[in-house]
Amino acid sequence: MFNKNTLKTLMIVLPLVTLAACKSGPTEAEIEAEANRAAEVAAQQAADAKAAAEAEAKRVELAKAAEMKRLKDLKEEEKSKLMNQNVVYFDFDRASIKSDFHSVLDMHAAFLVKNPGQSIVIEGHTDNRGTPEYNIALGERRAKSVETYLMNAGVSSSQVSVVSYGEEKPAVQGGSEYAFAQNRRGVVVYQ
Amino acid sequence: MSTWILKLARTQLRIAAVALLFIGAHANAATTEIIITGGVDSARPIGVVPFKYIGNSTLPENVSDVVKSDLQRSGKFNPLKLSMMPQFPTTDSEIDYKAWAEKGIDMLVVGSVETTGLNQYAVTFELIDVLRAQATGGQAKSLVNGQLVMTRDHVIEKRTKTIDGADFRQYAHIISDIVYEKLTGEKGAFLTRIAYVKVLDRDTNPKPFRLVIADYDNVNPTTLLSSPEPLMSPTWSPDGNTLAYVSFENKRSQIYLQDIYTTSRTRLTDFPGINGSPSFSPDGRRLAMVLSKDGNPEIYVMDLQTRNLTRITRNRSIDTEPSWTPDGKSLIFTSERGGKPQIYQVNLATNRKKRMTFEGEMNLGGAVTPDNSQLVIVNRTRGDYHIAKQDLTNGDMLVLTNTYLDESPSISPNGSMIIYSVLENGKPALAWVSLDGRFSFKEPVADGEVKSPSWSPFLL
Repeated sequence: MFNKNTLKTLMIVLPLVTLAACKSGPTEAEIEAEANRAAEVAAQQAADAKAAAEAEAKRVELAKAAEMKRLKDLKEEEKSKLMNQNVVYFDFDRASIKSDFHSVLDMHAAFLVKNPGQSIVIEGHTDNRGTPEYNIALGERRAKSVETYLMNAGVSSSQVSVVSYGEEKPAVQGGSEYAFAQNRRGVVVYQ
Repeated sequence: MSTWILKLARTQLRIAAVALLFIGAHANAATTEIIITGGVDSARPIGVVPFKYIGNSTLPENVSDVVKSDLQRSGKFNPLKLSMMPQFPTTDSEIDYKAWAEKGIDMLVVGSVETTGLNQYAVTFELIDVLRAQATGGQAKSLVNGQLVMTRDHVIEKRTKTIDGADFRQYAHIISDIVYEKLTGEKGAFLTRIAYVKVLDRDTNPKPFRLVIADYDNVNPTTLLSSPEPLMSPTWSPDGNTLAYVSFENKRSQIYLQDIYTTSRTRLTDFPGINGSPSFSPDGRRLAMVLSKDGNPEIYVMDLQTRNLTRITRNRSIDTEPSWTPDGKSLIFTSERGGKPQIYQVNLATNRKKRMTFEGEMNLGGAVTPDNSQLVIVNRTRGDYHIAKQDLTNGDMLVLTNTYLDESPSISPNGSMIIYSVLENGKPALAWVSLDGRFSFKEPVADGEVKSPSWSPFLL
């Protein structure tokens, strides 16, 4: 802006100055000196304008990066918060999502909808009652019921894959009711 | 007789090949201590006298100890304690029949080991019918080709064989097989192996999941594979050369085949979803499995040559745990189609299915005994999981075990014993129960969890 207007002003002013000089009859040397001076001013002004433009561009770039970082941090923060709340628990021999866990899964769903590039793996686990083979099937059923919940909440199927570990990867070892309850779970794992 | 020796030689070669491959892996060569949990009373008393050693080097293995342990583990015999023995004869001629009969011993195994060369040993054993010997005074008259001759028919078996130092244990199992078959009329399963999954401490081991094979008595354990991710469902091919199992090494389940002698492995399946529960057909040409690629777990049969799949079940509920009937014409499987898991049978020719179990809240993991007489299952009644059997003729069910969280039963190839997994002090461990339910024992938990045991076919 500053740049363009200055040039325009110069283009008008310079011929006027020249005409005025003609009237009062300046010497040729005076005219030349005046022309040189005007050119110097113009050059200086142009250089100033360029530097200012560069500074502005840099400022915008930095601001943009800061904003990106802020958003990314926000996403990471949100993601890490989600990663700390990534387990839902099931009743014995059941695969239905209990209402206690709707809000947790809703949070994951909202995040995944906002970040369609983000993919997850849903792990299905069981306690160690029953046979390992049956538990692999039950674990898959649990993982799939988490998957269905997320997809109903708008998450794209391309973001989600499921794997069942059955009773092979217990969270708590042993044969107590506590261990059973801790092991009957679905886990949302961010990739 | 000559084919028997040929077969033995072949087995020894294969055993030697494994020993060479896994040299240094044989950490546990001693007899594993077992805890007998029930049923010694019903076992038949027998005397297994320590074999006399003629030579001066250190013997690689105590043959008579292995025979004694084998006979005890079968549940059919109750070997007399060393301290109770009236004498320590090494041949029939040295036996005081009356002294043994007074101890209630009517069968006796005696023998000797003699060094015959560098790492070569002649092993001799005799199986003596003490009561018959008492009756005949060690000499019986019998007719041979129309002539009356003196025989020693109280010697049920007498054999001498020269073996290599590395084959002691295997030959001891062969002696046990001979004794067992002579006295029960049923083939012994002492020269067999087991495969199982061992899980070490997951916090301290980068590869805690191990696929292990061992002698049937869990001696000479050899690790075939170590993995950072779970291993499941090892099962033997009918020729005893290959294991099929499930590995999660690629963060999803896949079925692998592995040659136990060369250790070379092939990935057989990598379908989306579950790839599980492999089971070889009796002819070894097909592998039944569970795949959930079409939505939910269904039974499939793969032709191992063409890799073509045939879908067997088509049901919205869980179908899993396929297992072949001995004739190879049907599969036994677990299905939730009736609400809770129960055992079903499908005829592969007609695809007709029928429900087999009705007792208890759930029945899972079914397998039919080699003689086609019993269905072995994991039964859940009032929340407890136990190994049970159901008579295939009259449908009677009998619970065989009283341990905690019993699962993964696998039947010995002669149908006499079941190996299974229990929870012992919060950790999965191995346990055994005889098919009549009378005799049971378990192994003290060692370093880690032991699960999914699978009994090999006969190796000889």
